[in-house]
Amino acid sequence: MTNVLVCVKRVPDSTSEVVLTDDGQAVDGRYAGFTTSAHEECAVELAAQVTGADGGEATVLTLGDDDAVEQLRSSLAVGCHAATHVVAEAHRFGPADVAREIAAVVREHEAAGRSHDLILLGNDAADSGDFQVGIRLAYELGRPVVNGVNQVSVADGVVTAQGAGPEGHETYRVPLPAVVTVLEGGVEPRYPSVQGRMKAKKVAIEQRTPATEPAGPDRVRLLLPPPAPSDVQILGKGADAAPAVVDVLEKLGVLSR
Amino acid sequence: MTLVLVEIDAGGVIEVSRETLTFARSLGDLVDAVVVGDLGDAARDQLASYGVRTVHHATGEAFDAYAGAAWAAAVQAGLRASGATHLLAAGTPRGMEVLAHVAAREDVPMAANVLSAEGSDPIVVTRQVVGGAALEEMRLAQSPTVLTVAGHAVEPRPADAPGAADVVDLAVDVSEADLVARVVSTEEPEPDLSGGLRSARVVVGAGRGAGSADGFGELLELTELLDASLGVSRVVTSLGWRPHHEQVGQTGSRISPDLYIPCGISGAIQHWAGCSSAKNILAINTDPDAPMVTKATYAVIGDLHEVVPAINAEIRRRRAG
Amino acid sequence: MATVPPTARVVVIGAGIVGNSLVHHLARLGWRDIVQIDKGPLPNPGGSTGHASNFIFPVDHSREITDLTLDSVRQYKEMGVFTESGGFELARTEARMEELRRRMSSAKAWGIEAHLVDPAFVKEKVPFIETDQFIGAFWTPSVGVVDSLRAGTIMRESALETGALTVVPTVEVVGLDTEEDGAGRRRITRVRTTDGDIEAETVVIACGVWSPKIGDMAGISIPLTPAVHQMISVGPCPQLAEQEGEISFPIVRDMDTFCYERQHGADMEVGSYAHRAILHEPEDIPSIEQAKLSPTEMPFTSDDFDPQLEQAYELMPELLGADGAEMRYAINGLLSLTCDGSPILGESEVRGLWTAAAVWIKEGPGVGRAVAEWMTHGHPEIDVNASDVARFHQHQKRREHTRLRTTEAFIKTYGIIHPSEQYESDREQRLSPMHESQKKLGAFFYETAGWERPHWYESNAHLLEVYGDAVMPREHEWDSRWWSPIINAEHLRMREAAGVIDLSAFCIFDIEGPGALESVQRTCVAQCDVAVGKVVYTPVLDARGGFKSDLTVMRLGDDHFRVVTGGAHGMADRKSFTDQLVDDGATRLTDRTDELSTIGLWGPRARDILASLTSDDVSDAGFGFLTCREVQVKGTPVLASRISYVGELGWELYVPMDAAAGVWETLLEAGSSHGAVPVGIGVYGTTGRIEKGYRAFGFELDGERSIVEAGMQRPKVKTADFVGREAYLRQREEAPRTVLCTMTVDDHTSASGAKRYMLGGEPILTRDGGTLTDGHGHHPYVTTAGSAPSLGKHVLMAYLPPDQAVIGNQLAVSYMEELYPVTVGSVDATPLLDPANERIR
Repeated sequence: MTNVLVCVKRVPDSTSEVVLTDDGQAVDGRYAGFTTSAHEECAVELAAQVTGADGGEATVLTLGDDDAVEQLRSSLAVGCHAATHVVAEAHRFGPADVAREIAAVVREHEAAGRSHDLILLGNDAADSGDFQVGIRLAYELGRPVVNGVNQVSVADGVVTAQGAGPEGHETYRVPLPAVVTVLEGGVEPRYPSVQGRMKAKKVAIEQRTPATEPAGPDRVRLLLPPPAPSDVQILGKGADAAPAVVDVLEKLGVLSR
Repeated sequence: MTLVLVEIDAGGVIEVSRETLTFARSLGDLVDAVVVGDLGDAARDQLASYGVRTVHHATGEAFDAYAGAAWAAAVQAGLRASGATHLLAAGTPRGMEVLAHVAAREDVPMAANVLSAEGSDPIVVTRQVVGGAALEEMRLAQSPTVLTVAGHAVEPRPADAPGAADVVDLAVDVSEADLVARVVSTEEPEPDLSGGLRSARVVVGAGRGAGSADGFGELLELTELLDASLGVSRVVTSLGWRPHHEQVGQTGSRISPDLYIPCGISGAIQHWAGCSSAKNILAINTDPDAPMVTKATYAVIGDLHEVVPAINAEIRRRRAG
Repeated sequence: MATVPPTARVVVIGAGIVGNSLVHHLARLGWRDIVQIDKGPLPNPGGSTGHASNFIFPVDHSREITDLTLDSVRQYKEMGVFTESGGFELARTEARMEELRRRMSSAKAWGIEAHLVDPAFVKEKVPFIETDQFIGAFWTPSVGVVDSLRAGTIMRESALETGALTVVPTVEVVGLDTEEDGAGRRRITRVRTTDGDIEAETVVIACGVWSPKIGDMAGISIPLTPAVHQMISVGPCPQLAEQEGEISFPIVRDMDTFCYERQHGADMEVGSYAHRAILHEPEDIPSIEQAKLSPTEMPFTSDDFDPQLEQAYELMPELLGADGAEMRYAINGLLSLTCDGSPILGESEVRGLWTAAAVWIKEGPGVGRAVAEWMTHGHPEIDVNASDVARFHQHQKRREHTRLRTTEAFIKTYGIIHPSEQYESDREQRLSPMHESQKKLGAFFYETAGWERPHWYESNAHLLEVYGDAVMPREHEWDSRWWSPIINAEHLRMREAAGVIDLSAFCIFDIEGPGALESVQRTCVAQCDVAVGKVVYTPVLDARGGFKSDLTVMRLGDDHFRVVTGGAHGMADRKSFTDQLVDDGATRLTDRTDELSTIGLWGPRARDILASLTSDDVSDAGFGFLTCREVQVKGTPVLASRISYVGELGWELYVPMDAAAGVWETLLEAGSSHGAVPVGIGVYGTTGRIEKGYRAFGFELDGERSIVEAGMQRPKVKTADFVGREAYLRQREEAPRTVLCTMTVDDHTSASGAKRYMLGGEPILTRDGGTLTDGHGHHPYVTTAGSAPSLGKHVLMAYLPPDQAVIGNQLAVSYMEELYPVTVGSVDATPLLDPANERIR
């Protein structure tokens, strides 16, 4: 039985045009909505797979405001069993702060008899993109860390993690307890079923306050990049443009067959 | 003094590391490099041409197989040996990982994917966040300043005056713990799960403009006519309209075809990251102001459900003729 | 694709179901040079049409909405985009079953096939439903789904084929220009867009949830709010995947959980109206680029949906819990809601600027046709008075009002709404000067046009004993909800002595200037070129001779007329008169509503009471019926008009607002020794009126009825021209196809033994339950129902086929699925009480 802790972050959905809050301190998610980043969705799926295979417990953890409970429920709906919510304004926490808070939860859980043998995180958060929380967490806890893999399995107290490296498909084998950060692409996160969602609604969520005052993210402000200049050649409008399109296809030599 | 972690592959210093060296010189200080593992003469010459004063070289059994923490130990030794106050690496997975280890071990902040830096004490960097869709200005007040440089942040440019690039072997104290998480095997690059998407010569793309899971008929027909692969945006897979392996983007496949034909894809940065290497882009979109249109080589303004069938018909007509 | 032209005959803003249907019908009716623009791309520009669930349940309690829906279904069928699935509305409770019985009344009244069925019947058609979750259902075989996007494309293309239409997508409106004419009316001149300006004299705002924002550009209020309707899609469900096509099982509306389940291919869509009202501002809707899916598919808030998910699961556990069935698509879809639930159609106060908004898929093509006809002929075939944009009073134009009312109403989308139910939110917008006094009298307030109007006074409760069973008490809770026998007691006291009635909600406007007579003559049917001091009761018609209103006009001077009309419809009446104002730069309409309060004094003792308060001559000789003049009431100058809507001697007194409370008290005080009491609108609006067979606009009178059918024709028609004159003359030559009759209920005893009292809207059938059909193809239904305490009868009014309009004819009314015998008592305007009108003298 492997007990897994998977860490997720409530982030604005950024598949459409990004809008910033008026104070420039965060991305405004009111139009596109909030989500869990794709890496973390895969981490949740891996947590569900690992615990589903050996009967362990998957706990999902987030640090975020009251609304972040939505991300916890979403994870519970797709295979996590328990949830911990560190209620705090996420944008006031830098990556080192977040790592410290996760470590504090892990230590307290362990003191209370709940071990988290494997800790899964996303490789980087979809909004702040710091690329370091998992590694800092590993140092906080004195555990080994594997970074940026997309497949994870556990057998005999050893986690096998695989992912793409510069020279090929790399495999790590690390004894538990360990920290692994996950990249999207190795597994397809499941959608919630109706029962899953109903079950998630009934799970009592552990609420905590931050263990220490955050040092902050050293952020001055966010801004939007300037639009790139365009030199597009418009071939026409609607169906009438088809001949011009096929002319281009011929010119580029992709039509021959 | 600025120290740059340089990555080297069979072709020498990788492009993003060369960009990072260029960026490092712009900070005004002398530039040293730290290299872990093999360093060929060609790479050394490249480092010299990029103005590197000293190459701190870590070799030995500890580095035969990659371990992030061990590499971090090497970089830390490089920091001590060079006396550098700035530490840079390319914004590659390795660069990010190793510098995150170093930052954690030195207990200093790290800025990822930096595009530019200004001032000193503190340095204020501008870096990519939200997958490049937004920028963040961030203060780096502690020493050493640790940052990774985003790909394409600067053009790689050799220095006006080459550096000596003296190679100095680093004595690195690698602990047992640093080697626990270590690559145990590396196999051939993983099989292309994308159905040839990554190596396709022509890719037809489809976004939310397809409208529904049933809205792909014409697009698949065009794909067939052009012997192309179908690639889709993230919205399409997250709605379950198409399988995940067809996704093009930052978190999907990165493609570099001769021609990419995105249909009904607005071109969010997420998607752009996966298709920006296409040699030609022919966008079909109802919105002339959509980012995908403005960034494209060619564009047709219109609904894909009107335009694509017309193209299919035109191709068949010409082939028949 | 085209670019924006510099001029157009008409610009239609919006390419959703409404805009597309509108351009189609405008082209069909001969309009040319139509320009349609939308800020989004085609065929799905990203509005509410694009994510609609697209199903249609035809039966609604509103005749107007039902007619628009039926017309829409007909059009969808013609386009080949309608798939009949049938639909169930489930009852989990007995209260809901009763509501479904009432729904049967509406179905019969509007002529739509429907049946009440048991759970086993539902199970047969929907095998994956759990029958222990509900007790019965309302089955409508003609329920179906449509492809509204395809319909839009078909209609747009049909207009394009005629050459009448230019469509320009991805163009955004940035301004609307207006100018003022000689009568002080504004008119539209230009649409400003991101692609250039279009000069146009006619513009239609048909852009759904964005309409208020566009309306603001011309300074008009289109009071709707974008509101969230949550929907999820669960699938693939094997039970559905086995079936061919988009829909093979009937749609299920789970009325008591405010949910619906609608098959969509292999998926089941679950939609909800049970969550809190989630409202947005039109300005806060994301742009196409900012939105993840489309601007009107907002991020799903799963917490709001969770309770519904559980209820849906209880109803269909095997289906929604099937292996592999996942929630893949979930949205907070935006739709448009209004303060009274009706669409917003017609010409705004800016001439030439029309609106067609707050319309659902089920009404879209019908609304498109109606508004196109209205724009072309001045009236639509289907009466859409309840949806007229002109109906809104100032307080209703505030966004806050719309927000509060829709918040209150949202949860009632599938609710059981009593026909007299009053809103609770945003009340007390307009208080009459005697409001405090009325509160002390224990007034039970109804709302009309924002005014708080006493419907009855608890202070009159002691009269219940006085009159005993003559107050016709009602034993069934539903029949007596929002009602009190005190109304009938007040009625009897008024007929016996006198009643004082607060009518402050009346809309009053003056038309003054050299063109005043002509303006009024053009608007009204009755001869208004009368002596100064005369009072005229008159219908107001549209061009085809349908009713737009009925009201009174007083001639106060050669060039000065005063119009008095009901509050509810007053704003539309104001527009009717404004439209006909002579454009001479000197004739003006002035709204006096906020300056004048109206107090009614009626009853056999009314003259004694008024005489005790004034030295002016109020005798019949000195102050004849249908005349008006100023009198002093205890020193306060008051315009008195001798007229009656309750069939009694008396006056309407128009009192300056600041003096009205004093006059009210004076009348009550002086009246008390004569037995007078304060009387509520329950008497004025229903019991007093129907005993006299007086017709009310919105009940007996509407755009689809003529003066002849309503039995209101006078011997002569004035020679001066007026709107609808030609049509009216023609109608007088033809035999009526339907006749307004008054009936009395012969026996109220239901099967359970309890006596039941109809409330209006019920179908009239033959004694044995057979269907009746009039010359318009309509089935008779009760337009007004109410007690007639002075007759000791419950009275119903209804339009009957001419061959049934025979005094003494024995028919039946169907109420809650039981038949009650009725007898025709009057087949024209002849009152059942005091047919010679002696009491009025």
